[in-house]
Amino acid sequence: MTVIRQEATSGSTGDWHLERKRAWSNWMTGMMFLLPSLILFGVFLFYPMVRTVYLSLFLTDSQGVPVVFVGWENFVNLFQSTSFQLSAKATALFVLYTVPAGIVLATALAILANQKLRGIGLFRTMFSATMGMSVAASSVIWMFLFNPSIGLFNRILAALNIPGVQWLLDPQYALLSVSVATIWMNTGFAFLILLGGLQNIDQSLYESARIAGVSESYKLRKITLPMLSPTLFFVTTVSLINAFQTFGQIDLLTRGGPMESTNVIVYSIYKDAFINYNVGSASAQAVLLFVAVLIVTVLQFKIGERKVHYQ
Amino acid sequence: MSIGKKVLLYMALTVSGLVMVFPILYAFLISFMQGGEVLQGSLWPESFSLANYFSAFERVPLLTYLWNSLVVSVLIMVGQLVLCSLAAFAFVFIEFKGREWIFYLFISTMMIPWEATMVPNFQTVQSLGWLNSYAGLTIPFFAMAFGTFLLRQQFKTIPKELYEASQIAGISKLRFFTGVVLPVAKTTITTLAIYSFLTAWNMYLWPLLVTNNEANRTVQIGLKQMQTQEIASDWGVVMAGVVMVILPTLILLFAGQKRLQEGLTQGALK
Amino acid sequence: MRKVELKGLTKSYDGKQDVLKAIDVTIEPGEFFVLVGPSGCGKSTMLRMIAGLESITAGELALDGKRANALSPSDRDLSMVFQNYALYPHLTVEQNITFGLHVKKISKKEQKARCEEVCAMLGLTDYMKRKPKELSGGQRQRVALARAVVTQAPLCLMDEPLSNLDAKLRAKMRSEIRQLQRKLGITMIYVTHDQTEAMTMADRMMILSGGDVQQIGRPLDVYNNPANTFVASFIGSPPMNLIEAEISDSVLVADGHWMTPITADMKAKLQTDKVTLGVRPEHISLAKDSEPGFLVQVANVEVLGTETLVTFDFGEDTQWIAKWNGQSDIQPGAQIRIAVDDHHLALYSTETGERIYCQASEQAAEKKVSS
Repeated sequence: MTVIRQEATSGSTGDWHLERKRAWSNWMTGMMFLLPSLILFGVFLFYPMVRTVYLSLFLTDSQGVPVVFVGWENFVNLFQSTSFQLSAKATALFVLYTVPAGIVLATALAILANQKLRGIGLFRTMFSATMGMSVAASSVIWMFLFNPSIGLFNRILAALNIPGVQWLLDPQYALLSVSVATIWMNTGFAFLILLGGLQNIDQSLYESARIAGVSESYKLRKITLPMLSPTLFFVTTVSLINAFQTFGQIDLLTRGGPMESTNVIVYSIYKDAFINYNVGSASAQAVLLFVAVLIVTVLQFKIGERKVHYQ
Repeated sequence: MSIGKKVLLYMALTVSGLVMVFPILYAFLISFMQGGEVLQGSLWPESFSLANYFSAFERVPLLTYLWNSLVVSVLIMVGQLVLCSLAAFAFVFIEFKGREWIFYLFISTMMIPWEATMVPNFQTVQSLGWLNSYAGLTIPFFAMAFGTFLLRQQFKTIPKELYEASQIAGISKLRFFTGVVLPVAKTTITTLAIYSFLTAWNMYLWPLLVTNNEANRTVQIGLKQMQTQEIASDWGVVMAGVVMVILPTLILLFAGQKRLQEGLTQGALK
Repeated sequence: MRKVELKGLTKSYDGKQDVLKAIDVTIEPGEFFVLVGPSGCGKSTMLRMIAGLESITAGELALDGKRANALSPSDRDLSMVFQNYALYPHLTVEQNITFGLHVKKISKKEQKARCEEVCAMLGLTDYMKRKPKELSGGQRQRVALARAVVTQAPLCLMDEPLSNLDAKLRAKMRSEIRQLQRKLGITMIYVTHDQTEAMTMADRMMILSGGDVQQIGRPLDVYNNPANTFVASFIGSPPMNLIEAEISDSVLVADGHWMTPITADMKAKLQTDKVTLGVRPEHISLAKDSEPGFLVQVANVEVLGTETLVTFDFGEDTQWIAKWNGQSDIQPGAQIRIAVDDHHLALYSTETGERIYCQASEQAAEKKVSS
């Protein structure tokens, strides 16, 4: 048997040539289809990532040209600087304020909007509206709402006879205020995805639960949330990563202030690189941002794989 | 469902819906108000005058900004659709050595936060002479892993027999791609187009970095300009600008909301 | 018309286990050749290897005497009909049928003429502007056929083309496909899991199981002389009844007490005293009073109109089926006396399942000798 087989395969070198030619042509075609993406990823993602790591080990001049190799010094300096400590704290708090609350809010809205009611489409549109809102436009609107003298919030406080608050200028409130605005901005996207997840749940599960006669809260805990967990998992990951990458609302609402209380990591990178021209330090922070995002992603998948219930 | 429960649900929906859209609605209303009305804190304009809009177009080159945003968004959308669909096609229909490896490379791009690479990217674009140009604003965003995965999922649902039938007929891969795969995947491609356009239109940080003159600025940066200039105190005009910025995307979102929701869920979960 | 030769054709996906084991067969030009077997037997793999959609691990495939192992599918000059029809959902019937003809350098005019011709042939003329989703299952099937016919390829491969149709339509299409093949005079290789399709359509058929050829032959030869117990129980509806039997002296004993005499000629061929006995349902009859018979209990009766299927218990855990012409009024639970036509017995080795003796084949051999 094996003898026959060897004979058959080595019998015709023509086959071998043809097959090799076809494999080669497939490879060429495949690469032609992939090359545009690969080149752009290479030039605008992989190269700059490597370059960022490289720059983080140098002192640079104001043009961002590396001058002196300093090893870990940029990182050491960062960890010793109060400014960076504040930035790390602001980022961590910002993530903590926006992610859990944002997901709870979006989930609640999605469950609410997943009812079969007349006119539900209108409510779904209302809930998802912020997805069409740019960061800049949203920030301008919230800037007005937070305005100490004519903004809505202080008017409400005044109506309740409570003294007004300097929402964006008071270090105590600034980060919280930005977080509230951010939660609002991100709700549309999370809502849309979670609603899609809810609608993917097999209706027969609810029908059999209805026959069994269980309560609404039991259905929520035993059917809806477990079946929604892959979607929740995805939304959590995306929200976490987004929170780490927040920039626009900070730039427009607080510019990192007051007293650096809202100087989250990306804003800090931006300031160091494009305002203070300290590219080495900015690069070191970018590396740390990369590591943070990497850890979050890896952790999410490690935990997620175990806990999430996939259909 | 009992009547009581229905009423309760409608109330919850209405209250949360109003809270969610209030800021947007308020912006619309303010855009019609006179300066005095804004200061008094009115919720409803006395008259729906377009004065603020005229004023906004006069004080900043809003039309140029809108045009720039439109061009940039359409370019990014088309670029992403072309590159993503090409890559997705290769991942589904062309078998070759190293394909798996390249696929993991694509996945790994999702782990690199774009903001972490902005410094060298700025330097690259600068050295290419692309500052203040459509090329600099768009080309870095043409490749997108998420879009590639979304289309890959869709292409995988195309029966492989369609591909085999065209192989037997001797149709080239490119022709199969343009003649069969693209038309069959039309709906998902539209979804991705909406998503791409929305994201591109709303881009903020990158245009801020690579444009510094009025001729090339996008409308989002125009908003920042309005807000930081002295007209910032003229909230009616600023809000007129805001409305001009959000109107296109809101319309697009409302038109494509259902599709977007289905498409994004599909891309997210499979 | 095209001759297809398979010499030791072998397929393995992992290099260890062969899903097709050294298949040897020659399919003659103009032949309607059916590959039949249970799911997972390798029949579709074999067809796809002939089409060029799967690579050949070992052995040789020759088309009209020329080695074709590594030819691309489009260079093999064949057409194929898929189980799910593989119609392009966004194209009309007409566009589906002519899709790809441009590759063969056929002019637009010629394409249109050919398309109209096959549409007329298959009764699709009124549907040429419709999309696949606006057609019924049978019409879609016809479009798939039309697409194969329009290429005028001398070899057509079909992979379970009728399995998505309902029973009535399937019977109709069987005959249509067969007529079409005769009319066009093309070579056809047809894959199915349905033995009725194989029996009714094939010039010759190959029965596959577990990647091995069980038997190749004309339908009636296979039916009358199954090569082994697998073929015996796969071909025929209801299948051949089988039971283990022992030989003592010149009688065959099954289930302890049913006996049938065996001839010396038969006995000479048997080296063991344990065999598997096979009887076709139509060779079991109600025993006449004068005949020796065997008492069994009826478990179920199915009256089909022209014939009646009687299931009865035979031995500890075996049920046999008898097929009688006409409409019988036997009730389940009844005790009946049956007789077996001992001119139509088949004996198989209990160990290997291979045929040891079959009356019909002996008779056929005798006929050959005498003529």
